[in-house]
Amino acid sequence: MNKITSLADLKKMKGQVQTKLKMRENSDAADTLVQIKVGMATCGIASGAKETMSFFVEETSHQAIDAVVTQTGCMGFCYAEPTVEITLPGKEPVVFGHVDKAKAREIIDRYIIKGELVDGIIPVNFKTIHD
Amino acid sequence: MSEYNMQILICGGTGCKASESEEIRNSFTELLNEYGLEEEVQVVTTGCFGFCEKGPIVKMMPDNTFYVHVKPADTEEIIKEHIVKGRQVERLLYRDPVTKSVVHDSKHMDFYKKQIRIALRNCGFINPESIDEYIARDGYQALGTCLSERTPEQVIDEIKKSGLRGRGGGGFPTGLKWEITAKVAGDQKYVVCNADEGDPGAFMDRSILEGDPHSVIEAMAINGYCTGASKGLVYIRAEYPLAIARLKIALDQAREYGLLGEDILGSGFDFDIEIRYGAGAFVCGEETALIHSMEGCRGEPTFKPPFPSESGYLGKPTNVNNVETYANIPVIINKGASWFASIGTEKSKGTKVFALAGKINNVGLIEVPMGTTLREVIYDIGGGIRGGKKFKAVQTGGPSGGLLTSEFLDTPIDYDNLIAAGSMMGSGGMIVMDEDDCMVAIAKFYLGFTVEESCGKCAPCRIGNKRLYEILEKITEGKGSIEDIDRLNLLGNVIKDASLCGLGQTSPNPVLSSLKHFRHEYLAHVKEQSCPAGQCKALVKYTVIEDKCTGCTLCFRNCPVGAITGEKREVHFIDQSLCIKCGVCFDKCKFGAILVS
Repeated sequence: MNKITSLADLKKMKGQVQTKLKMRENSDAADTLVQIKVGMATCGIASGAKETMSFFVEETSHQAIDAVVTQTGCMGFCYAEPTVEITLPGKEPVVFGHVDKAKAREIIDRYIIKGELVDGIIPVNFKTIHD
Repeated sequence: MSEYNMQILICGGTGCKASESEEIRNSFTELLNEYGLEEEVQVVTTGCFGFCEKGPIVKMMPDNTFYVHVKPADTEEIIKEHIVKGRQVERLLYRDPVTKSVVHDSKHMDFYKKQIRIALRNCGFINPESIDEYIARDGYQALGTCLSERTPEQVIDEIKKSGLRGRGGGGFPTGLKWEITAKVAGDQKYVVCNADEGDPGAFMDRSILEGDPHSVIEAMAINGYCTGASKGLVYIRAEYPLAIARLKIALDQAREYGLLGEDILGSGFDFDIEIRYGAGAFVCGEETALIHSMEGCRGEPTFKPPFPSESGYLGKPTNVNNVETYANIPVIINKGASWFASIGTEKSKGTKVFALAGKINNVGLIEVPMGTTLREVIYDIGGGIRGGKKFKAVQTGGPSGGLLTSEFLDTPIDYDNLIAAGSMMGSGGMIVMDEDDCMVAIAKFYLGFTVEESCGKCAPCRIGNKRLYEILEKITEGKGSIEDIDRLNLLGNVIKDASLCGLGQTSPNPVLSSLKHFRHEYLAHVKEQSCPAGQCKALVKYTVIEDKCTGCTLCFRNCPVGAITGEKREVHFIDQSLCIKCGVCFDKCKFGAILVS
């Protein structure tokens, strides 16, 4: 990777990576790309987030669902770990709590494939500076 | 895709469940079938909306309509009006408490501004192992702006104007700290990130490093630029392996992009960061002890002055800031000091991250503007006390802090108010206690922690706390006297006044503040030899209530020490000489026939 050598460079770089992320977030081009974020801080991992994450990776590729599975930090809902945020194309992100393998399967089969909500949604109750 | 056009979300949190949210769900399902809408509308139970005060909550998707105080009888109207005719049921909408006007959509509710994430802005949003995602969220823009467009003085000025104060506990103004270090002459200076988070129950620093390590790296580089330091050190406890791993990845990525190293962004400014591991001693969170530990010496504090800003790491000027403090810096530069200063109270600006723990429903990490009340934190965000029990107190500031009782529920939380209330901000651990917690035992628990963690350098802390602990032990065993209570007070105050460092000076706080607010519990222990909360084992006695005992033998079969005797369908008996007071019989009995006294 080339070094970033000036503020202008950094701004250019930001533009580039932003479009890359936007494509993933808003998916203008890819109508079928699902974004799955697994909370992988210590609290999440201790409650089994690693298993949940690998299950999502395996199962989405197994079922040929076009999805990006990434990890993220603590969402703050430590009482409901593992937590997973799912963004369906063109929809608002939805956070699910207590996602073990069984729940993950339910989420894939019902929410990701059919678009039905499943029980166990955690309403996000904060704003970030980007909102 | 989905055949459902609409979704009805019903809160299934403890609070809402207690106020019939399940009946509401059933009623919706039945009515939807009746109206033949079951194919079009889906009913879903969700986790707690954190708005229990207004529960039960029903949210309609996709239009985000937020109905409050819904009763099972209201469901028909919601279906007829909202779903069939597309008209909102005005009377069930949330009203803004100030303007009294109706809020149609949850996105405009003030309630959701109770949490504003500044330090945690990227936690749970970006992939912490991807620098690109950080850059996409304005990452390293602040560093770029500082290096290319501003002088160190201007940046320090901005931080000063923002009113940011140290988030590690003491609340020292950050800008001022930077200015002092910048003004001291020195051939080599250091900036240090204090990631030695040691309060029991606090984990905000860990979460920031695990979720957004680049924000700390960026802020340290800005700090280096302002103070004239070319080297940064992160002092982190070895018990945080994941945070260390993520930090290392982040450091490598930043170096690869040239955001650390020589001539950063073509500005001629050199800066790099090294990691130093701590062995997890609580005292090493104190900055002088931390510096000694980094130097390879024993982690013991030294007297201030000289302050680290004059003579710190290897005798060089050193600026020490906490993880959360650093996480705020890039935002202040990007959004401006006046924006930051518009959040919070007069003397405490911005937000504070709290780790909510203890007897609370929504254990987790929250970030609220300074000046939010304890009530809002505990009941609105935290979802109230677990099991519907009564709130007793909340411990803030960990082993250095104190207890806040129900009379402080409506006190706005900021540095000065907490000190005035006899506690402190500390690093932001918030442990909630209910009616079942014995305050003497809690004080003993915290003191036990400090006794173990005292470095032993000064006598008041080393010996004083040990004696204090022994007195508490006596009291919890029912062997204490009235004089012991006075001794606690006297000795506690001596330790506070005479100890060398912050650890010793604050160690008696849990004892002193529990004495102040819960003196009656101490008195019950020494006068009546009883523990009102039933926690102190030596003072508890388990007996069988003869009228209620059915002779089911459940307690007999479960007693681990064979202290219970009795025949089937006959009253049982607990042998006090054998009883170890484990409480199993009490937990197991289905007839409430075990008396705890």
